Amino acid sequence: MDYNELSSFQLDVLREIGNIGAGNAATALSQLLNRKIEMVVPSVNIVSFDEMMELIGGADEVVVAILFRIFGDIPSNVYFVLSVEEAEMLVQTITGNPGFTIMDGDLDDGMAISVLEEIGNIVTGSYISALSDLTKLHMQPSVPHLGVDMAAAVLTYGLIDISKVSDYAIVIDSKINSAEKEKELKGNFFLLPHPDSLKVLFKTLGIEQNG
Amino acid sequence: MDKTGTVVRVGIADMDTVREPDKIRTLGLGSCVGIVIYDETKKIAGMAHILLPDSGVTKQNPINQAKYADTAIPLLVEKLVDMGARRYAMKAKIAGGAEMFKVDNSSELLRIGPRNVEASLEELEKLRIPVIAKDVGGSIGRTIEFDPATSLLKIRKVNREELVI
Repeated sequence: MDYNELSSFQLDVLREIGNIGAGNAATALSQLLNRKIEMVVPSVNIVSFDEMMELIGGADEVVVAILFRIFGDIPSNVYFVLSVEEAEMLVQTITGNPGFTIMDGDLDDGMAISVLEEIGNIVTGSYISALSDLTKLHMQPSVPHLGVDMAAAVLTYGLIDISKVSDYAIVIDSKINSAEKEKELKGNFFLLPHPDSLKVLFKTLGIEQNG
Repeated sequence: MDKTGTVVRVGIADMDTVREPDKIRTLGLGSCVGIVIYDETKKIAGMAHILLPDSGVTKQNPINQAKYADTAIPLLVEKLVDMGARRYAMKAKIAGGAEMFKVDNSSELLRIGPRNVEASLEELEKLRIPVIAKDVGGSIGRTIEFDPATSLLKIRKVNREELVI
């Protein structure tokens, strides 16, 4: 399926999927942190690989990305992406260690990696289970994989399969924000479905394009 | 007076060429490989940012030749020849090909970084272009910039000292 053939209705459906997933994830993160977490209305973009990196703030911007591969009916990749500061803040909040930093070698500490991967697990797990409930499709997430590096370096990995059939990716980008001003938290979910997975998804939902 | 050119940026699955005093750069190589081919005397250089080793896997038509090691390298050589570079004088430097995530139970994604490096070296060998220097592998991203005036490749990594090869 060529991404450019998607109808506006199909794009709306993808946006709604991002909405439901992120809503669930925001609730999970809110419970984990005991703070109010809000969700921003998601966007669906069909972008070139370079444009995708720009969405994140640039190809060599350092990000903390937790990757989940999704197996089952609709093979896809999901990234939960945080800025370095946001990831540090999350680990500081959860471990109660205000001195934790990611860039100064503290990440060699297995504890911090586990915390980040576990946050990813909880948040992304709720994101994926919402999608699975909605669509009744079988979606089996992998274990979390943490990458702290330049955005393009960690994100192109999720594009390898897609790149064999396309020079564009469909990015369902959902943001969650903490409402508190002084400790702002923003996380992005990037759902990168394989073109063949979109076909299966739309078929299941009964919104295949004619012709 | 210092001659300062512009820096040409090469995107993902993309290629371009420059001439002194311009430089050429690509950002955030992970499993991708950045291939620089240059003519030291003519001070002409080209860079490709490849994503996959082998164009045989594609289902696209027409294909984006800059995306695959086996198609990008010959095309880059042709572009350089068009600019006046001499085939016999061409040399190469490569960087990238990391394994960013130790995932894999899917054979296709297995070792994609190292496979990109192997395919690039193989294609350069086939075209008899000597590889003067390389910084490949590991599990770290790289931003690279080549200066055709000096034939040096600068490699930047997160939290590491800049490397020049």
